[in-house]
Amino acid sequence: MNETPLIEVRGLKKSFAIKKGFLGRTRYLNAVDGISFAIRKGETFSLVGESGCGKSTTGRLVTRLLEPNAGEVRFEGRDISHMSHNQMRPLRKDMQMVFQDPYASLNPRMKVKDLVAEPVLIHTKLSAKERDKLACELLETVGLNSMHAERYAHEFSGGQRQRIGIARALSVRPSLIVADEPVSALDVSIQSQVLNLLQDLQEEYGLTYLFISHDLSVVEHISDRIGVMYLGALVETADKDTLYDNPLHPYTQALLSSVPVPDPTLARERIILKGDLPSPVDPPSGCRFHTRCPSCMEICKQHAPAFREVEPGHEVACHLYDEEMMKLAR
Amino acid sequence: MLDNSLDNRPGGAAVPLEAAAPARTGGRFKTFFRKFRKQRLAFAATCFILLLLLVAVFGPLLTPYNPDTPDYDALMQGPSAAHWAGTDEYGRDILSRLIDGTRLTLAVSLSAVFIAAVLGTMLGLLSGYYGGWLDRIIMRGSDVLFSFPDLLLAIGIVAILGPGLSNVVIAVAVFGTPSFARIIRSVTLSVKETLFVEATRSMGAKDSRIIWRHIFPETVSSIIVNVSMRIGGAILAAASLSFLGMGAKTTEPDWGAMLSMGRDYLSIAPHIVYFPGLTIFLAVLAFNIFGDGLRDALDPKIKS
Repeated sequence: MNETPLIEVRGLKKSFAIKKGFLGRTRYLNAVDGISFAIRKGETFSLVGESGCGKSTTGRLVTRLLEPNAGEVRFEGRDISHMSHNQMRPLRKDMQMVFQDPYASLNPRMKVKDLVAEPVLIHTKLSAKERDKLACELLETVGLNSMHAERYAHEFSGGQRQRIGIARALSVRPSLIVADEPVSALDVSIQSQVLNLLQDLQEEYGLTYLFISHDLSVVEHISDRIGVMYLGALVETADKDTLYDNPLHPYTQALLSSVPVPDPTLARERIILKGDLPSPVDPPSGCRFHTRCPSCMEICKQHAPAFREVEPGHEVACHLYDEEMMKLAR
Repeated sequence: MLDNSLDNRPGGAAVPLEAAAPARTGGRFKTFFRKFRKQRLAFAATCFILLLLLVAVFGPLLTPYNPDTPDYDALMQGPSAAHWAGTDEYGRDILSRLIDGTRLTLAVSLSAVFIAAVLGTMLGLLSGYYGGWLDRIIMRGSDVLFSFPDLLLAIGIVAILGPGLSNVVIAVAVFGTPSFARIIRSVTLSVKETLFVEATRSMGAKDSRIIWRHIFPETVSSIIVNVSMRIGGAILAAASLSFLGMGAKTTEPDWGAMLSMGRDYLSIAPHIVYFPGLTIFLAVLAFNIFGDGLRDALDPKIKS
């Protein structure tokens, strides 16, 4: 347990400048506002949250497609948060991505064998023949047929394309795969196929996943640990079972109560959140969830709760679980 | 909640083939051809351009007379059965000279546009992809060139470099470059943001690979359209420079130079001016219509 995590993120921040009008002042959208987590080798860590909460930005920060404003990302112990494009390139062999949209993430002008083998072409010196052979093997690995190698991406269905995307990510045997909503664009029946494929590949190749999703039922299937994000910050991280059995943060509770359970006899309390997601341009004071929290207290409006470990491996950012704050509140 | 039985092997059930759409290699080209053929005018223009190209290639075989041999028995004759377009002030057959000049005119304008396309595309790709100060320098440079009226700029360049056809090519190429740079820059800006480019970046590809393998192919249709649109202008500009005595020597059978020579006899033998003028007019018109048609046919937003 004391080994260096494969990925360690500390106090990561990213904001985007937005300008309104001609002479309007520049304001900042805080997409990711100080998040920290670590992923051990061979583990699947999932980030969940509503759309716009910054989970995709986090994925892009971890793979350094974006440069953070503050904080650090450590990959195998090395700080990569401010490496240049050229310094990053050799490292990218070890961290590949699978994207949400299997239609837009594959170049429509390239044959499947070239798409799948592109990372190999970039990172190794294999000959064209060897690459083709590898591409065919990879296609078989992800459940496609090597006959498909000569075709173009648009000739495939969404699920098949996502398999192509996975084969591509796999081609250079990375240690980390960042999967940004890899199944959200797929039909539910196809979703489970792709998720199972991802799990099988993880066992076979010892992969580590950073899995980004808005769908808790998808996340439950695949994760070891889960981080719940709200408005650019993590509100709770825990092992999957802990999180599903004993969610602490009111936001996590609300999210979990919205997951449909395939049992009509089960009566559950459904927590409906009031109001809309506040704008990340000017987030609420104090706890950023206080505007929609069912158990909001006075103190929540003034003081942002710290992200603290309340039991081993279970961290939450909420005053409800901070005894000192609760005393103050009373 | 997820059904494991659907597919629980990494080898998976080989996904059936039926989802595959028909082969696309022919598809894109066929669509383009169908859309292009529907535009009758553009189709006619294309035929005329093909004719011009054939004439340019086989010119010397097609001329009824030697274009450079004077015939002092037939000075400034109007159109007749012997000389379809009449003869000029030295008795040279105008039709033969026009045919012979096709090669020169097309060579000058095509090479000028080709150079402009290569330069402009490079600058546009660099400017759009890298942005920042490089983008600012290239775009402000283009703005400067854009602010001159085309011909004035060309005249200025030829005035600096000296007259001659190769300098005309340079001048026309220089004022054609910024339009390519701008168009390719804007395409680059939009393609740069696409997911497949980001995916390639996440794989660790070098910039050169992203630019040439992923962005450049997306710009090709814009380049083709702009090339075809600029050729007309280049023919006109080259002819104008020759007309002003800054391009082809008056002895060369250049269309612009022929216009320039005929100008002196406009009142007594207007056909010396009419035929080169008409040829230039038709050639420019044909390339412009061709360019328009090509643009419409290549634009996926315009349905056939």
